[in-house]
Amino acid sequence: MFVVRRLLALVGVLFASSFLVFSAMYAAPGSPENFLVQGRTVTPEVLAAIREQYSLDDPFFVRFWNWLTNVLQGDFGQSLTNRQPVGELLAARLPTTLTLVLLAAIIIAVLGIGLGIAAGVRDGILDKVVLLGSSLGFAVPTFFAALLLMSIFSVGLGWFPVFGSGEGFFDRIWHLALPALALALPSAAVVARITRTAIREERDSEHSVMATARGVPARIVLKRHVVRNSMLPVSTIVGVHIAGLIAGSFVVEYAFTLDGLGTLLVGAVQRKDFAVVQAIAIILVAGFGIINLLVDLLYKAIDPRVGTKQES
Amino acid sequence: MKRFAARMGPIGIVAVVIVAIVVFGAVLAPLIAPYDPTIGSVTQRYLGPSLEHLLGTDQAGRDIFSRLLWGARSSLVGPLIVVSITAVVGTALALTSVWWGGFVDSAISRVLDLLFAFPNLLLAVLAISVFGASLTTAAIALSIAYIPYTARVIRSTALRERNLPYIRSPQLQGISGLVITARHLLPNVAPLIVTGATINFGFAMIELAALSFLGLGVQPPDADWGLMVSSGQQSLISGYPAESILAGLCIVITVASLGYIGERLGGRSAAGRKA
Repeated sequence: MFVVRRLLALVGVLFASSFLVFSAMYAAPGSPENFLVQGRTVTPEVLAAIREQYSLDDPFFVRFWNWLTNVLQGDFGQSLTNRQPVGELLAARLPTTLTLVLLAAIIIAVLGIGLGIAAGVRDGILDKVVLLGSSLGFAVPTFFAALLLMSIFSVGLGWFPVFGSGEGFFDRIWHLALPALALALPSAAVVARITRTAIREERDSEHSVMATARGVPARIVLKRHVVRNSMLPVSTIVGVHIAGLIAGSFVVEYAFTLDGLGTLLVGAVQRKDFAVVQAIAIILVAGFGIINLLVDLLYKAIDPRVGTKQES
Repeated sequence: MKRFAARMGPIGIVAVVIVAIVVFGAVLAPLIAPYDPTIGSVTQRYLGPSLEHLLGTDQAGRDIFSRLLWGARSSLVGPLIVVSITAVVGTALALTSVWWGGFVDSAISRVLDLLFAFPNLLLAVLAISVFGASLTTAAIALSIAYIPYTARVIRSTALRERNLPYIRSPQLQGISGLVITARHLLPNVAPLIVTGATINFGFAMIELAALSFLGLGVQPPDADWGLMVSSGQQSLISGYPAESILAGLCIVITVASLGYIGERLGGRSAAGRKA
């Protein structure tokens, strides 16, 4: 029931946001046909023909409806700048973005939670380092992290390529390693911080102290009582940050000139190629919604107390 | 003053001093910047640090120190716009929905839910694609993206206060909702607004810098930290890292200081917020 309701809500949000995006593009100053002729003087007939070709004279709701039904059938229209179907453009770019986000998500989970646990369970130098690193790390913009990593490991040491997304599976991962690290760094810092705090709170909680007093071995107290319970707040924050990667990815893609959705979006915005902007916006909103939904489901699986009656 | 210092702790005082220096640098930029930030000289390219050019020059021969000072202006004004709009609109929406409840509350909540569906940067990029690239567009769009977070936090606190006697009794006396909200409800959520604004300021600075980095915010040749990181990228690859690195460090240090201050103010971690 919970899943069905959330799915319906997602569909509703997607519909509302596509309407919002479409009307924003519709209301944008400057008309598409002027862009197409690019300042050349053309006869009114040619203009009319262009308007006809892209159905620019139809009423707003007719255009919205046509666009929506086409999108539902997988047809995102035609790019205004290079006359390619938007769907094909997106399909070519999607793998890079997906791999980048996936790699970054893994780094956030492993590095963030790992360091957080390591710093949380024991006081010492590592704890101090993680605390300092996370207080500074969250403030490092992804594009600056990208530049630093690029200058150290690509330009300085020559271990990684400076630009491009690579061919084939391993080459792609090798090319995307630095971008993913840059993308993940600020979030990993936040996750490490939250994990550390959660672990410390759980360590001092009555059930852990009691377990230790009962003579349960420290390792088992840690595993069963401390770490497992502290993962609740951590899983929420990890999910939120992984969803946030979707928007963060296009800054990093731009910094490393990767051929992902983000660079396509930035280029399309600069060229006012609205068909592409609309399509990417809807896909990103959908991706954002789906990840958030998955996180909520996961959260519910970890903690059965999160009931269906809870309103978000 | 003493209480404030005690609350901040030693690191917090350092953070406050850093922020103060940045603000003074931005305000006094026209007086203390030794050079014009937008005019360079071809013969002065890529100079190292010297007494003449404290931090050296960039690829166009412009003085980096002067550009950092002037860049502090747009880097601070942008987030200031975001934080002000967010605080005012977010608080107004939250208090309106708490006071009226029922239909008004659920209508406002639905709108906020819709905004929640857009990642912050995506919303900003969409607005820029419609209205063109500029700092103002980027800042206004970003404030719209931030409103739901602020509104939600304030709403949940105000909701608790709503049914307490100090709100209920003036209502029984027939005092208008506007007066009660402004006189009694607002002061009780005010600390929350200040803390939220401090933390949001840092995030807004990072995201606006990111937009400028993408070429969608502050436009060249104006000085801006995000833009400087971006324009220094080519120099960095050719072995002159000063411009990018210094501008990036300015962002990191300012945002980290603001985050720490916000954390001290509210006891809420800057980390615990949506990316």
